[in-house]
Amino acid sequence: MANKLINQMGLPPSLSHVFSARNILTAKDALSLPETDLMALLDIDIALARSAMASISEATCPPFQTGLALLEEKMKSGGHLSTLLPGLDIALCGGIPFGALTELVGPSGIGKSQFCLKLALLAALPECYGGLNGRVIYIDTESKFSSRRMIEIGEGSFPQIFRLQGLAQKMAGRIIVTRPTSISEFNDSLQQMKLTLLQNEVKLLIVDSIAALVSWDNEKGTISSRQSPLRGSLSFLKSISEFSRVPVVVTNQVRSHSSDDTFHYIFQGHRKDTSNSERSESHLTAALGIQWAHAVTIRLIFEAHSGHRFIKVAKSPISSPVAFPFVVESSGITLLNQEGISVAGSEINAIRCQGCNILTQ
Amino acid sequence: MEISNLPISPSIRSKLLSKGYTSLSSLSSISPSFLAQELSVKLEEAVEVLRAVSDTTTSKSAHIPNGIIPGAVTAWDMLSEEQMQRHISTGCEDLDAILGGGIHCKEVTEVGGVPGIGKTQLGIQLAVNVQIPVEYGGLGGKAVYIDTEGSFMAERAYQIAEGCIYDILDKFPSNSREFLSCKERLQVNNFLAGIFYFRICSYTEQIAVINYLENFLTEHGDVKLVIIDSVTFHFRQDFDDLAQRTRVLGGLSLRLMKLSKMFNLAVVLLNQVTTKFTDGSFQLTLALGDSWSHSCTNRIILHWNGNERCAYIEKSPSVASASAPYLVTGKGIRGINSNFKRARIM
Repeated sequence: MANKLINQMGLPPSLSHVFSARNILTAKDALSLPETDLMALLDIDIALARSAMASISEATCPPFQTGLALLEEKMKSGGHLSTLLPGLDIALCGGIPFGALTELVGPSGIGKSQFCLKLALLAALPECYGGLNGRVIYIDTESKFSSRRMIEIGEGSFPQIFRLQGLAQKMAGRIIVTRPTSISEFNDSLQQMKLTLLQNEVKLLIVDSIAALVSWDNEKGTISSRQSPLRGSLSFLKSISEFSRVPVVVTNQVRSHSSDDTFHYIFQGHRKDTSNSERSESHLTAALGIQWAHAVTIRLIFEAHSGHRFIKVAKSPISSPVAFPFVVESSGITLLNQEGISVAGSEINAIRCQGCNILTQ
Repeated sequence: MEISNLPISPSIRSKLLSKGYTSLSSLSSISPSFLAQELSVKLEEAVEVLRAVSDTTTSKSAHIPNGIIPGAVTAWDMLSEEQMQRHISTGCEDLDAILGGGIHCKEVTEVGGVPGIGKTQLGIQLAVNVQIPVEYGGLGGKAVYIDTEGSFMAERAYQIAEGCIYDILDKFPSNSREFLSCKERLQVNNFLAGIFYFRICSYTEQIAVINYLENFLTEHGDVKLVIIDSVTFHFRQDFDDLAQRTRVLGGLSLRLMKLSKMFNLAVVLLNQVTTKFTDGSFQLTLALGDSWSHSCTNRIILHWNGNERCAYIEKSPSVASASAPYLVTGKGIRGINSNFKRARIM
């Protein structure tokens, strides 16, 4: 909508000629200027500039819907990809939501890619078995996709399906794996994906992992350029997921944090947090910073402590903060406790990795 | 001096100046046809110029009720008006108390916090609470929800509306006749239908929708709340020129303030956080920079205080800085002491 051409907006012809003469061709160019600048640039009086801005704004503005219409639309189109983990599905009101960005973050080796493999399989399954009966695009940046493991998960979770002749091949044939080696390749494949998502009935998009892309480009040093690699791709991912109503699942890495543990606001003063001394064992935080943390709709944290692994629903508009213990088996991830453990306070955002390292045992 | 400040196009202005008309008084007694001939412009344009001149001069000597400045009101009138204002409840009694009743109409309030603290939850709660009928202590108005991030979930709005209605019926159990009629209006579907939702995908659309709101609000006069969730997202990503960003944001905030005063509604902007290097360490602060931080009338920061969520009023012209704890429950935003059961979602 931002690139809508001014000469197609139904303005009076003399006015649209003036706009194009000054090289203001799209709505974006016109609306980024204040009214007085527009008046000076186009050599028209203020009333005309105001009415031109009003017409351009009206033409560029997307149509509105009422909350009721939104709800009815969601009810019709399903709206969730069930993960077949009952506790998690209940917590997320049905599963991984369509049209939103879900992030899986956790230390390496904890099971994020395993989860993604199972999700890919679930989306490819026919609807009678609880799947979405569609294609899956798996963007694999760390070469973690193992088709053999995926078939193993399939045979473990749905033995009756996978023993049928040719079904395993059909399922595996629906999963498209691409391995970009740089951010520009990634952006290019995203652009192409806009069309293919609609044409080829893609029902799930997985990016495993997005942090790897950024760390490749990090040799360019300065802070300002560190902002740029993912900026365009982020809003693009969000918008394609919304318009094509597919769930987008993104995996993120963790980074260790410097000694100053959590940031505080100026009005909170400098407080000595003595209760956090036990947390100093593992200062981990999600990669890609706070801007990324704001942008994702749902964040699932995978962590390990007290000898168990947990999936925590850390950020979600529709769930309370709960943690589920899980294990990784041959049939994929299984929850040990379907009820979940309620987590109070800011604990839900902590990422811990204890007891996983064989060298310390 | 005055000609250069007239709102007319630059080419006509330069023609006036080159012909020697430098002040407004020189144009006060000229006929349009004469001016058209002098400047060699069309008659309509000359009429426009003279109208602009007369607008500027008459406004100075118009009949002024208070005899001093046009358009001004006395503080006493403002006080009586403010006392009659209703506020939008946030759902948490402690927070309403420190806000002086709730979110104020005719003002722009900014709410910021780290991800996951409950900004969208507060936004949806306000969009529901503004619709509480007047008989039950609310404003009985509708809400405009401008969503830039896609975080509005209709199912959650349903839950919050359900929780709100449940609590109202709990609080006002009387069956007297005047309550019966508006009880029918207390349906979840009505509350959902009263939220006008715009999904914005770029900063251009954000500017366009704020410009368009004036027409929209004239058509839908019962809107009492405009929420933008979040005002930061697109401006943080797509702008390369920070100076231009500051200018555009300044224009936006002025327009929003004007809308809030013109249509007597509350504007709530949700903001993200960023880190800033002050006093030798990184501190959290709201995004969009220092110039933006001046544009809003009120500012509330939602933060973690140990294991509790707290709302801190950082900036307000009428209430003192204070903090209040709140909870995000299955029914929406509630206070610590309210009677509730931590209901499992669904």
